[in-house]
Amino acid sequence: MKRFVLFVPLVGVVALVALFFMTLDRENKDVLPSPLIGQAFPGFEMVALETGETVTVEAIKGEKVLVNVWATWCPTCKAEHAFLNKLAAEQNIRIIGINYKDEDVKAKQWLESFGNPYEVNITDPAGKLGLELGVYGAPETFLVDANGVIRGKHIGDLNSDVWSKLKPQFEAMQ
Amino acid sequence: MKSIKSLASAGLLVLLSLFSVQASAVVEGYKYQFETEEEVQRFNGLAEVLRCPKCQNQNLADSNAPVASDMREKVYELMQDGQNDDQIVDYLVARYGDFVHYKPPVRAETWLLWFGPLIAFLIGLLVLRQLRSKQTTKQAQPLTDEERAQLERLKSGSDSTSN
Repeated sequence: MKRFVLFVPLVGVVALVALFFMTLDRENKDVLPSPLIGQAFPGFEMVALETGETVTVEAIKGEKVLVNVWATWCPTCKAEHAFLNKLAAEQNIRIIGINYKDEDVKAKQWLESFGNPYEVNITDPAGKLGLELGVYGAPETFLVDANGVIRGKHIGDLNSDVWSKLKPQFEAMQ
Repeated sequence: MKSIKSLASAGLLVLLSLFSVQASAVVEGYKYQFETEEEVQRFNGLAEVLRCPKCQNQNLADSNAPVASDMREKVYELMQDGQNDDQIVDYLVARYGDFVHYKPPVRAETWLLWFGPLIAFLIGLLVLRQLRSKQTTKQAQPLTDEERAQLERLKSGSDSTSN
């Protein structure tokens, strides 16, 4: 029985090493949990990229939607763009864009040459709406329900792998 | 004599006004204007304890990431609105999560983070005590009859060799 005590340090070290490897595997340091999940989409009054008209949070409500934060300076946004086009065209998913810290001219050119999957684009040149949403790296995609409540968030590009994980949640949403 | 004195006091006034007119904090090449030195200290203090979510080993004072400069700008804005340090930290935590503050709150999820080291220390202490008490009990154990006889034999043996 007393000899067992001698093994306590060994067990301790093994447990620590195991914990270390588990967190190494699990932690994706680029993905932080968002405190906004379950919260209402923050109110805003911004300008629509396409029309120059005022857009408010009301534009988001009514039907569940993906709110995609993107910019022309963001290479990963380019990578996911074709998939967004596909989602909008083939699966009839409603997507609203937030053009984050970008220039209108470049953004319009981008949409012209790569296609426009967005119902509307909200311009956020100073990143003010981005800050309200806790955005720290484009692309980010929010799953927002018909009442304008944020139900989920994905950081990084949307692709078929990611979508196969998000889709059940999105479909279950109101 | 008089003129020198007045000149000196005028000079002092100019010097004082230079200091009191405005104070500013310079962070990563951006300049933030404040009314008092105290506010500059507050701003710098906040930039130290807030963490950049993009470049995670840096605080807002160190980071040159665009999001960090937006966040510094917001801290400045909220300070100008008269919000206190706690309100400003809460504002950013509400949007970016506990992660942005270098001092996370004590909660169920952060419990291990806060008390883990103490627990490890206590376990260590316990193990150390166990090992020590084992040693002392060994020393205090009386000799058995057999051991005593062996001791006598050794003692008489060593006596015979020395004689």
